[in-house]
Amino acid sequence: MRALQHFFKSFLLWELLGGLQLTGRYLFRRKATLQYPEEKTPQSPRFRGLHALRRYPNGEERCIACRLCEAVCPALAITIESGVRADGTRRTTRYEIDLTKCIFCGFCEESCPVDSIVQTRVFEYFGERHGDLVMTKEKLLAVGDRMEAQIAADRAADARYR
Amino acid sequence: MSEDLLSIEIDGRALQARRGSTIIEVADANGIHIPRFCYHKKLSVAANCRMCLVQVEKVGKPVPACATPVAEGMKVHTRTPFVREAQRAVMEFLLVNHPLDCPICDQGGECELQDVAMGYGRDSSRYREGKRAVQDEDIGPLVATDLTRCILCTRCVRFGEEVAGVRELGAIGRGERSKISAFLGRTLDSELSGNAIDLCPVGALTSKPFRFTARPWEMTAHAAVSPHDAVGSNLSVHVRRGAVMRVVARANEAINETWISDRDRFGYLGLSAADRLTAPRVRRAGRWEVVDWESALATVARGLESVLAAGGPGRVGALASPGSTLEEAFLLQGLVRGLGSDHVDHRLREKDTSDQGLAPLSPGLGMPIAGLERVGAALLVGSNLRKDHPLLGHRLRKAALAGARVSAVGPVDSPFTFPLAGRVLTGPAGMLKALAGLARALGAEAEGPVSGLVARAPVDDGLRSIARSLAESSPSVVLLGDLALAHPQASLLRALARAIAQASGAVLGTLPAGANAAGAWLAGAVPHRRAGGVALARPGLSAAQMFDQGLDAFLCLGFEPGFDCWDGHRARQALGAAPLTVALTAFASPEWEELADVMLPVGVFVESAGTLVNAEGRWQSAEAAVAPPGDARPAWKVLRGLANLLGLPGFDYEGPGEVREAVRAALAGPGAPEGRGRWEAPDAPAEEGGVVRVGELPIYAVDPLVRRAGALQQTRDAAPVVRLAPDVASREGLATGAFARVSQGAGEATVQVVVDDRVAAGCAVVPSGVGVTAGLGPLFGPVRVVRA
Repeated sequence: MRALQHFFKSFLLWELLGGLQLTGRYLFRRKATLQYPEEKTPQSPRFRGLHALRRYPNGEERCIACRLCEAVCPALAITIESGVRADGTRRTTRYEIDLTKCIFCGFCEESCPVDSIVQTRVFEYFGERHGDLVMTKEKLLAVGDRMEAQIAADRAADARYR
Repeated sequence: MSEDLLSIEIDGRALQARRGSTIIEVADANGIHIPRFCYHKKLSVAANCRMCLVQVEKVGKPVPACATPVAEGMKVHTRTPFVREAQRAVMEFLLVNHPLDCPICDQGGECELQDVAMGYGRDSSRYREGKRAVQDEDIGPLVATDLTRCILCTRCVRFGEEVAGVRELGAIGRGERSKISAFLGRTLDSELSGNAIDLCPVGALTSKPFRFTARPWEMTAHAAVSPHDAVGSNLSVHVRRGAVMRVVARANEAINETWISDRDRFGYLGLSAADRLTAPRVRRAGRWEVVDWESALATVARGLESVLAAGGPGRVGALASPGSTLEEAFLLQGLVRGLGSDHVDHRLREKDTSDQGLAPLSPGLGMPIAGLERVGAALLVGSNLRKDHPLLGHRLRKAALAGARVSAVGPVDSPFTFPLAGRVLTGPAGMLKALAGLARALGAEAEGPVSGLVARAPVDDGLRSIARSLAESSPSVVLLGDLALAHPQASLLRALARAIAQASGAVLGTLPAGANAAGAWLAGAVPHRRAGGVALARPGLSAAQMFDQGLDAFLCLGFEPGFDCWDGHRARQALGAAPLTVALTAFASPEWEELADVMLPVGVFVESAGTLVNAEGRWQSAEAAVAPPGDARPAWKVLRGLANLLGLPGFDYEGPGEVREAVRAALAGPGAPEGRGRWEAPDAPAEEGGVVRVGELPIYAVDPLVRRAGALQQTRDAAPVVRLAPDVASREGLATGAFARVSQGAGEATVQVVVDDRVAAGCAVVPSGVGVTAGLGPLFGPVRVVRA
């Protein structure tokens, strides 16, 4: 009986028809595929992309060189050197994130007591040489300056859960 | 003994406690942790932080463990809900006025308040009101203040009063307005002030040079030994990414207790000096060229061989700084002796070494460092103990406060932090008279050249009282300081001191400059003895003689001639005139660029493994903590390589440990010298009724490393001034603040004047080891001081 069933199923291409039926069903469904880069997926305000260093509205950098992000970073991607700035405040003299080491876990942002280091929604970046993916303080501040409106809006949207 | 022991119970554990000890002492001794802020085992009990509250059965309220003496049958609880509630409440009160700025606080990560708040505090704050803020003060270049963070434990205040001996910080104001303040806007000038940084349980007092540069969790601690003085303080060197970030004290009850001097704490700053030498350099046709090690060493070897061929081994000499390690000193003397010369010395600041045959195996205190605090009387000869050896000064202070009678003889009346029982303020010639008078008052049996001095010496009541204090007390000690060893007739001073010590039953000790003078003697870096103290039939030339007579080749290790030598002018002349001067140095100073023919970069302090022998004869070895910068190498490797290149046998040491064993093996043999013999003392220098120089070595000028430690050079102690006796100043019409031209032989310097009645009549304290006076003449001798 079982052999007979198998014979007819394979003779009539039953499984092929089953597959075609599934294909046919999806042919008329709404498409999930996006035409990247013309189209993009929606992002959560918690998206963990490229890092940025933020400033206060008066232009002062937020980072106070507490080094908690450096300490918490599981990939050892952050390197900080700090010192006394001319006005006596504690500031970084070097702040680097090596994106080739970073695992985008978001711990740096979570550890930051002044919301200075954040992860933006930017995920499309590239480097032509290895060094290009080492984000220096200037590069990170520039990202922050460019993205500040978005960063602030995302933090506000997520504020209830933070 | 047994009646002094009480049995008490802490947390259900039955313990034995000494009568009179406090609960916290007993708990600490038995590994029971009680949180505390104001209590410190080396300081008096203040009991003002209330963090150490514990419950004692049959006592209605919690009691402070630091201030409660144990009693028989006492039952103490440290972890009951009652105690927990008390601790939580105290913690909440302490945090009322403490800012929550841990992220920008340098103490973050090593903060006692942070730790105790985590362990004993509440999880969140109920305090919503405004917090107190305190204006910061600038208290000098070493200690940074953030007084808002202060929890008023007063450890720093008690440290100043009880240990440093100078009240530089105090608690002023009352209630919420109370704060720690330096009196009247003064700065911290004590030589031990940096210990306040270690003591402060919060981030109120932190290290200024270290400020904001690193976190405790990113540094690794390496054990090290202080390279600046003969105490050999134990240090913990904190290193991050191959760079020394800071130095803190490492406890060693026998040596430095829990303290270190500021020189030990901040001397590391010199490691990153701008003039570090990072590659070998050779002078070719008058110009300096950077070369690789092979050609640099080959140049040295060729130069030495040509000097040997032309003038024989007697034209080669070697000089080491007294701070060089035992291994370096041993290899340097082995190298020179391998070439056939005995001209090797480390006594750069000494002139009269004519009695060197009588010297003991190595110079030192003659007693353990801890023993100094138990002496009944002490006589300091030409020693500014407090600044030369800060922690020995602290030990002697303890003795003095316990009743010891300390007297001083010398050309400068150094400011001690305890009352002196007697003092003789007199110039270099008067020092001999004073000691001779003391010897006579004691009825000492004087030997050889000093017998006439003793027989003629006048004795007054002051000397008699000093003599009595030495003879009556036991133990008592006679200490020869830096100015006694540098005295132009130091051999006579030594003989007189020996006579005084013998007659009074006192111990005779010397306080040599440099961290390893004792080690250099043991290693044979002296012209008259091989390693292990084997006396030579025909001694070589001492450092001063080498400079006086001039040689054709000099190997110089770790010093700067114009700064570190007895006669800087003559040293510069001799080194400049020699056809081959090789400087093994960490710093390419302008001086060496002028005088040397080859500069070989070597590591200093923690850049090189090595052994230092301190004033009590203790050998302390330390591994290297960081690599020397650039192409610089540890000096022992350089010396080994050079010896191998010269084809000398027996230089196949694999590491400093093997060199150390070689010195130990040499010491195991016979050859400890006998302390008797005859010698010829040099004549006294002619004193033309003029001004006599006293070449004191200021605290922050002792070695090339300290001289480059920026923060230390900004302290008041580092200010280069000439201190004139009032009679000298009035003769020349000079007042404090004026500038004087100081000339000595061909050397001349313009320096600011301080008129100081602590300087003996007819004397001018012209410091050595500082830039402005570098290259002047002898440390002791006639000097002209005129208005500039």
